[in-house]
Amino acid sequence: MSSFWSNYIIILTVLNIVGCLWLIKWASKKRKGEASEGEVTGHVWDGNLEELNNPMPRWWLWLFYITIIFSAFYLWLYPGLGNVEGAFKWTQVGQYEDEVAQADKQYGPLFAKYAATPITELAKDKKAKAIGQRLFLTYCSTCHGSDAKGAPGFPNLADKDWLYGGSPESIKESILNGRSGVMPAMGAALGGDKGIDEVVSYVQSLSGRKTDAAETKAGKAKFEMMCAACHQKSGEGNTTLGAANLTDTIWLYGGSAGAIKKVITEGRNGQMPAHKNFLGEDKSHLLAAYVYSLSQ
Amino acid sequence: MAATSQISPQSYNYDIVKKFTIMALVWGVLGMFTGLYIALELAWPIFNFNTPEITFGRLRPVHTTLVIFGFGGSALFATSYYIVQRTCQVRLWGELMPTYTFWGWQLAVGSAAVSYMLGYTQAREYAEMVWPIDILIALTWVAYLVIYVQTLRRRSQPHIYVANWFFIAFILATAILHIVNNMAMPIGLFSLSSYSLQAGVQDAMTQWWYGHNAVGFFLTAAFLGMMYYFVPKQAGRPVYSYRLSIIHFWALIFLYMWVGAHHLHWTALPDWTSTLAATFSILLLLPSWGGMINGIMTLSGAWDRLRSDPVVRFLIVALAFYGMSTFEGPLMSLKSVNALSHYTDWTIGHVHSGALGWVAMITFGSFYHLIPRLWETTMYSTRLINTHFYLAVVGIILYISALWVAGIGQGLMWRAFDEYGNLAYTFIESVERLHLPYIMRALGGLLFVLGIFVMTYNVYMTIRKAKNEKAEFEAKIADKMATAQ
Repeated sequence: MSSFWSNYIIILTVLNIVGCLWLIKWASKKRKGEASEGEVTGHVWDGNLEELNNPMPRWWLWLFYITIIFSAFYLWLYPGLGNVEGAFKWTQVGQYEDEVAQADKQYGPLFAKYAATPITELAKDKKAKAIGQRLFLTYCSTCHGSDAKGAPGFPNLADKDWLYGGSPESIKESILNGRSGVMPAMGAALGGDKGIDEVVSYVQSLSGRKTDAAETKAGKAKFEMMCAACHQKSGEGNTTLGAANLTDTIWLYGGSAGAIKKVITEGRNGQMPAHKNFLGEDKSHLLAAYVYSLSQ
Repeated sequence: MAATSQISPQSYNYDIVKKFTIMALVWGVLGMFTGLYIALELAWPIFNFNTPEITFGRLRPVHTTLVIFGFGGSALFATSYYIVQRTCQVRLWGELMPTYTFWGWQLAVGSAAVSYMLGYTQAREYAEMVWPIDILIALTWVAYLVIYVQTLRRRSQPHIYVANWFFIAFILATAILHIVNNMAMPIGLFSLSSYSLQAGVQDAMTQWWYGHNAVGFFLTAAFLGMMYYFVPKQAGRPVYSYRLSIIHFWALIFLYMWVGAHHLHWTALPDWTSTLAATFSILLLLPSWGGMINGIMTLSGAWDRLRSDPVVRFLIVALAFYGMSTFEGPLMSLKSVNALSHYTDWTIGHVHSGALGWVAMITFGSFYHLIPRLWETTMYSTRLINTHFYLAVVGIILYISALWVAGIGQGLMWRAFDEYGNLAYTFIESVERLHLPYIMRALGGLLFVLGIFVMTYNVYMTIRKAKNEKAEFEAKIADKMATAQ
């Protein structure tokens, strides 16, 4: 903030607070010819509306003075007057950082102990799993569900099907750095509705569903040309790219012809956010162990 | 000196006051019922019936708009038009203009409610109306200001009564707040969507500068104006202290403007803004209490009226809730308390102790005084006024205690850590815990809604009675004329 605006704020604030004191003084002043204390002022409205000339109650006045003194102290201690930092040098970011540092100091060693243990072992440790579950319920359940069984668009973590691989390392990598799944929109490349429908039939046939033979055959040729680069010729997918396995009955966005058609036509962008800066290495390690244990 | 001779009631414009009074009750019934319904949706989400138009997200602004602007706004128009005429001893200025403010306001409230249900919103709390409605409100409000000032200028009294200071402050401030907060560029002439003139944290600041001063000027200053007329009138006692009314008026209107940012603690807001908002919120406590003291002390020397007069009871309980919620407010505006209370149901409870306890109760009390005078009769049933009083008070107490339990519990659960420094509860656990308090809150709301139903019935019967009395009176006169001939 420029010093002009800072001074502007300081002057306005101080004037308002001093104004309260002035107002008290001004309102208490006896005026010439006014009614004596406890009497009506002499003005009458609407037949019988009158006002007594009572002083302000003492206790009320003192409490008002106390709040004015409080406000002066408060503004001296905390940053309120423009750029003035305040005697406590308090900032909300500073307070947050202090609290995080305090928590790291207190709980850091507990997590560091677990960080040194391999995930496969932690997955068998009851206590480690309990901590991991609490972390999961707080940070992951919004998308993946309290039971980790996912929701449309959010993978089930409790089964053996993994987009990016189910090894302890892969899971931890997904948590730390996130994943960005891209299924490009293929509608135009497949030559519109007819081409798309053929590929849909072929994709459905991969998991053993009954489909139109001619359509499936035409779809196979297109699939091998346009889709196999990521999903492989077999349709089993590729965990390096996060390309889904199309031969099982697990569908992230639904397995109906309509749902598959929508994915092929419009594409998909799956986002798993990175948690490295947010949760840190050690907590992610425990979290990975919990998630890993779910499919063991 | 003050004029003691009164002009006859026939020369006042009571017609406009009657219209606004009736619409206040109509919107009150609809708005409070909507409130009850969304309370039920929170307790049992099945009440959403998978119908977008009646889901919580759309009905919530319908509820707030109908009760604040429909019920509260119409009640303020009614009482301010009544008070300014009575205390200035002059007829309300203009004939077409007041009628325009009536239709303009009703149209704005009604179309706002319908547009929210259809999904059109500006997504600014208490200013959800899309831009064409904003323009209608601005025009109506300027007309209101002109009428008020012109009437005051034509007063046959040397001094302006204290209630009118509060009304003028309310009308002026609301105009400024409404216009500045709704500055936006429509996407197209025939589109209801628009872009706000501000962006980011400045936009949030503007919104809460508006939001909090809507509370400060619309729901506080204006209703204090109502209080300053109806409390001394009903009690038959002079206002306790002229000095106190001066100091708390000026302090209130100067300090309120500073505090909006306390709605944005612990966000991207700069630290100094946060601190200043908290400082001035604390400073605001005693000026707020000034109004409460002045109202309650007006009754000193007539405390027995509390036993015999249910209308006085409404007014005094309103003042007590006003004092309570203006204490709770500054407390919640402190950063450390806010860290616990923000985003929890405690905030909703706090709002309702002000909205039900103060705003609605002072309105009910004032209406029970006003209505028999407008229709020149007595209330149909004093017992029903009593019934309404107890339904309302028990309802409020149930409501706010349920939300204290809910909100403080939520706040504590969200910040609880286990022995490993992880959050001890998941979010859904804190939601599950709310079920019982939500049922209790809905029950409190139900009692309050029943109260306004009882009142509406009582008012309906009163107006019917007035019509019969008038017909009887006219028949008698006609008889006399006939015999005389």
